Amino acid sequence: MSDFIEIKNLVKRFDISGGLLEEIRFKGGIHRKKTVVHALNGVSFGIKKGETVSVVGESGCGKSTLARCVIRIYRPESGEVLYNGTRVDNLSSSAIKPWRAKMQMVFQDPYASLNPRMTVYQTLLEPIRFHFPNVSRSEADDRVATVMKQVGVDPDWRKRYPHEFSGGQRQRISLARALAVKPEFIIADEPIAALDVSIQAQILNLFMDLQEEQGLTYLFISHDLSVVEHISNRVVVMYLGSLCEFAGTEQLYTDPKHPYTRALLSAIPRFGSEGFNHLRLPGDVPTPINLPTGCVFHGRCPHADERCRREVPALITAADGRVVACHGVEEGRLEWL
Amino acid sequence: MQKQEPLLSVRELSVAFKMRDCVLTAVDGVSFDLDRSQRLGLVGESGAGKSVTGFAIINLVSRPGYISGGQVFFEGRDLATFSEEEMRNIRGNRISMIFQDPMMTLNPVLTIGQQMIETLKAHRHISKHEAEKLALSKLQKVAIPSPEKRLTQYPHEFSGGMRQRIVIAIALLTSPSLIIADEPTTALDVTIQADIMELLLKLCEEEEMALLLITHDLAVVSQVAERIAVMYAGRIAELGSTEAIVNTPQHPYTQGLLKALPQKVERRKRLNQIPGNMPSLQERPPGCAFYDRCELRGEICHREIPRLEEKNGGLVACHMVKDAAGKEEK
Repeated sequence: MSDFIEIKNLVKRFDISGGLLEEIRFKGGIHRKKTVVHALNGVSFGIKKGETVSVVGESGCGKSTLARCVIRIYRPESGEVLYNGTRVDNLSSSAIKPWRAKMQMVFQDPYASLNPRMTVYQTLLEPIRFHFPNVSRSEADDRVATVMKQVGVDPDWRKRYPHEFSGGQRQRISLARALAVKPEFIIADEPIAALDVSIQAQILNLFMDLQEEQGLTYLFISHDLSVVEHISNRVVVMYLGSLCEFAGTEQLYTDPKHPYTRALLSAIPRFGSEGFNHLRLPGDVPTPINLPTGCVFHGRCPHADERCRREVPALITAADGRVVACHGVEEGRLEWL
Repeated sequence: MQKQEPLLSVRELSVAFKMRDCVLTAVDGVSFDLDRSQRLGLVGESGAGKSVTGFAIINLVSRPGYISGGQVFFEGRDLATFSEEEMRNIRGNRISMIFQDPMMTLNPVLTIGQQMIETLKAHRHISKHEAEKLALSKLQKVAIPSPEKRLTQYPHEFSGGMRQRIVIAIALLTSPSLIIADEPTTALDVTIQADIMELLLKLCEEEEMALLLITHDLAVVSQVAERIAVMYAGRIAELGSTEAIVNTPQHPYTQGLLKALPQKVERRKRLNQIPGNMPSLQERPPGCAFYDRCELRGEICHREIPRLEEKNGGLVACHMVKDAAGKEEK
């Protein structure tokens, strides 16, 4: 089966140098210097129809930027995003409109992502009116009632405002807004991070139920590794804007190959496990402004050698189908047995 | 063995917030003991009252909140009888606090060295040179590389994990007997979180400090604490050894929480969810606060608030849990 969503070599940089005066440097004469954040450095992977692919990584690794590039909130510097074989990353704002109805996004903070001055009804009606202006009033009303029922919010509450709902209910409404235009693909950026433990399970169940009923495809961004393990078919591990490893959930969690994946998974706090035996990484994540040469992880990797410091590792596909970007794994230096 | 007096004893502590037209009780009759160099985890959802409990212990509830009842005994003395002056000698000296966001705790315009010396000078008659030496040794304890250089740097020059290490070093300065850590790793990434928690655990053991760890993360608390108190809607629902809470939870809320963990269910299958929400401060029911979400609820639960009672070796506040020892509930 070919990929439903294809992400090819995506690069995104942010210029944070500000105005002209802030760019001027006096070291060794006067000259201009731009400060650039390298948020994504050539990320590629694919998502099959109906599956859940999760992106994990620590804060600042570029997972949210990736999500926003895929749905074209950000325009990537280079690389391609293909939706069912059609390139969508280079479309103009008006040309992308029909695709936007098929790709919807759910954000982390249900307090910030719902307009406090709009009722639930208005919030849910807006995307329908925007994408399908020819839909009659009664059809739109029916659609609003349907999606509210789907996410478990009583349609009688449609006249209420967001502040009258709890965090979990608000996230249900955010999801209803995404569903209102009958999308095929939903990008969820940390959708449960702001919720309490007992509510997280409710929202995760809702995501899984909807996927089963409607055959939705998910790109799920999260830092919670146990949640990702539970809901994903495949997982992408990112570090400092680069893809480290992309593999099936079972494969990745039982037999991680990339040294960073191994360290990350070992640090998951496990309920009922006593004490700590995680792999300790020396140092801190480097700044994405001055990227390290070679492999972005080499400064903290216990297995780095000369080649890792010099040469950026390419994404290689292993015999078992997983994708890894590591010289050590490629050369067979790192065999975890 | 003779039972020694607990380091910290919280008795029926209540904290209320006076609003314009009503009084809201955020913490409602919380009692627990903490022995010397023991680690207790206080877990619960946001709004359960766990942070307020932490603040109330060191008498730092800010208006409109106030301690509306109960006592806190620290090293055998009732903290309520302390003057503000005496209380300042306890806070940051005998009891240190560590908060969630190290950037908010540290002063951005002072160097790390200045902040550490300032803390020491507030509590000890000590020369600047001695204070510096002590600060250096504590920075080494929390594994900060090149501490001499680091003393002259400002908080913004450190990463999030390093900042939290500094906050811990400051908390250690006066060799307190109790550390209250309120969500100390919530703002940090998992790899850093594991490092910091491991450090905190090691230091508590080495320095013989007691730890009150306030967090929403059951997994983290089970790794660090010896005993766990589960809070729900301002009250302790269950208190027991970590082993008992992990393996044989008694309160239906604790059971529900543990069953809802993703690792308890087969991958890609529905999670066991607890229906509904925790009632807000305004809508606490007359009986058990968990009544609406509870599978075991009985008629008495609607009428009467369950007391925290010893059952099957642990403390649990539930009418429906039976004590195997035979003391039947009405």
